[in-house]
Amino acid sequence: MSQQSTAKVSLAVEIAGLRMKNPVMPASGTFGYGEEFAPYLDLNRLGAIVTKGLSLRPKAGNPTPRICETVSGMLNAIGLQNVGVDAFIEHKMPFLREINTPVIANFFGNTLEEYGEVARRLNEIPELAAVELNISCPNVKQGGIVFGTDPQAAHQAVDVVRKNLDKPLIVKLTPNVTDITVIARAVADAGADAVSCINTLTGMSIDVRRRKPKIANRTGGLSGPAIRPVAVRMVYQVVQAVAIPVIGVGGISSAEDALEFLIAGAQAVQVGTANFVDPDAMQQVIDGLERFCIEEGIADIRELIGSLEV
Amino acid sequence: MSNFKTRILANQEISPGYWRMRIQAPGAVADCRAGQFLMFRVQLSLLPLLRRPFGIFRTGFQPSDVDGLPPVEYLEILYKVVGQGTAMMSELHHGDRVEILGPLGRGFDGGEPGRRKILVGGGIGLVPLYMLAEQLVDGSEVRLLMGGRTRDDIIVVTEFERLGVQTYVSTEDGSLGDRGLVTAVLQQQLDADPDAEVFACGPLPMLEAVYGICRQRQVPLQVSLEALMACGVGACLGCVVKGVGHSETSPRFLCTCKEGPVFRAEQLAWDRLDRTEGTCEGCK
Ligand SMILES: Cc1cc2nc3c(=O)[nH]c(=O)nc-3n(C[C@H](O)[C@H](O)[C@H](O)COP(=O)(O)OP(=O)(O)OC[C@H]3O[C@@H](n4cnc5c(N)ncnc54)[C@H](O)[C@@H]3O)c2cc1C
Ligand SMILES: Cc1cc2nc3c(=O)[nH]c(=O)nc-3n(C[C@H](O)[C@H](O)[C@H](O)COP(=O)(O)O)c2cc1C
Ligand code: FES
Repeated sequence: MSQQSTAKVSLAVEIAGLRMKNPVMPASGTFGYGEEFAPYLDLNRLGAIVTKGLSLRPKAGNPTPRICETVSGMLNAIGLQNVGVDAFIEHKMPFLREINTPVIANFFGNTLEEYGEVARRLNEIPELAAVELNISCPNVKQGGIVFGTDPQAAHQAVDVVRKNLDKPLIVKLTPNVTDITVIARAVADAGADAVSCINTLTGMSIDVRRRKPKIANRTGGLSGPAIRPVAVRMVYQVVQAVAIPVIGVGGISSAEDALEFLIAGAQAVQVGTANFVDPDAMQQVIDGLERFCIEEGIADIRELIGSLEV
Repeated sequence: MSNFKTRILANQEISPGYWRMRIQAPGAVADCRAGQFLMFRVQLSLLPLLRRPFGIFRTGFQPSDVDGLPPVEYLEILYKVVGQGTAMMSELHHGDRVEILGPLGRGFDGGEPGRRKILVGGGIGLVPLYMLAEQLVDGSEVRLLMGGRTRDDIIVVTEFERLGVQTYVSTEDGSLGDRGLVTAVLQQQLDADPDAEVFACGPLPMLEAVYGICRQRQVPLQVSLEALMACGVGACLGCVVKGVGHSETSPRFLCTCKEGPVFRAEQLAWDRLDRTEGTCEGCK
């Protein structure tokens, strides 16, 4: 899109005090630490950058095979392999610091103490605009999803992080629950500034000739276009249930997909698996949002947020 | 490294189930190094969802269709039809639009000039060895040991010969060349010339055997591996293999897409590689 039209349409949004040029950012774990995609798209054009989930110590991840393709989606059981918070600060932040886009660090812990400790470390990085707390990974035995499926545990995890953090706190919710609004309320009560939903849906795929699961962990997290209707529904429900902003994530690969979430009430969106399919996917979503606003005569994208008619 | 929409110049079956595709690719000749690969988007729609990784077979120039225009730069891939994506690729024609991400990954290190080079290819694993041979024939004597199950799995060997490479073919059923495994030929070759360097690509059991043979004789070995890939650029961590020194307590994973696909043999934890790591559907 031309510079000229940018002047006419405002795509800017604000989430918990975090100002973004537009509502589009990568979903954690699908964009590495940013540098991996730098050759293919201009990171300065993104609303924010969300990095791979960090833990206190480096984490090895699961055995292979870790991924498999499914119909309009993929399963992954990476197991939160990451460099750890210290190596992140030393090796990944220097690159991220140079980018003119807010950086959000996604993180998790094995225990409540660890959640608190990682939050404390991240809080000391001035260039981090916000953090995203993952209480929803389906692929690790400890931590992760344990905190995301029980409202009390979720409340406790957010509480301990909140006490160690001055930055805006986004909490990422799992869809693998009976009623996501219960968890959303619990984390909002504990002091979350925003929630992102959803993480992957637990799934399984079987190699029928070998009679074995296709990924070593047996089950994995389903992502990609296949999960979008579930994600839109959950975002819609959570928007009704809590007063804090909601970030929509799940199966977005085009501007139209992103618009579904915004109209359902999400203030921003994250693009995940689509980055693998097309490293330029987020740029296309941003351009498409702008085009849509022009076509629809909308001057400010915020007019669209929550504009659903039922 | 770029992501570009382009068009197919040719796509033909060269042996039952094996196809050769020529793709227009500006900058390819200068940019690609032997052993690198690309991610091929089969359709611009989302079916199949993920891109497919393929080794780059060769690059070159062909005359333009239009008089007076400069020659067209291309790259070629060779692929075996094994599933949905490759079956769809075999339906593509001259002029069809495709999307390519690449060249990606680390290629081969050319080794010491003057020392004899032995390239070992199993089935479709032959692909990344051609550009390497092109590069090596200038400074060294190059031999290709090519193995397959039957004669249908033996492809493009004459093109290696045209480069001046001495080729040795073996098939498991004896339908072409010697009957048996390509590793038996490697053993003979190294017994005759223990000072050679070896470069291999093929199914994991073959690579393991090649590794055993080379290690015993302390012959330098580089291997090109395969792994399931989603992103191809080091972001998803789906494609890892176990590096040397890997253990449950101090895991060392290497990204096949970024730190590979070509590894020096001593980088890998051979005794801990899974059958699913570094295997090649096309050569099983
Ligand atoms: C670095 C690299 C280089 C390769 N070079 C070549 C080449 O030059 N020629 C060639 O024929 N094949 C090559 N392969 C293997 C090729 O990528 C697969 O055969 C192809 O992806 C199969 O796709 P499909 O849709 O037909 O199979 P399906 O079985 O339908 O694919 C399902 C999923 O599994 C993946 N997959 C299946 N087999 C493999 C495999 N062996 N390796 C990685 N992913 C796989 C697919 O990408 C897809 O995501 C290479 C693989 C890698 C990693
Ligand atoms: C390979 C892979 C790795 C992921 N790693 C993380 C992670 O580290 N932390 C996290 O909160 N979510 C992680 N996710 C979940 C995504 O951020 C996202 O919630 C999910 O993929 C749904 O979005 P999508 O359909 O657009 O991919 C990962 C997803 C994938 C596919
Ligand atoms: S394929 Fe994604 S990290 Fe290698």
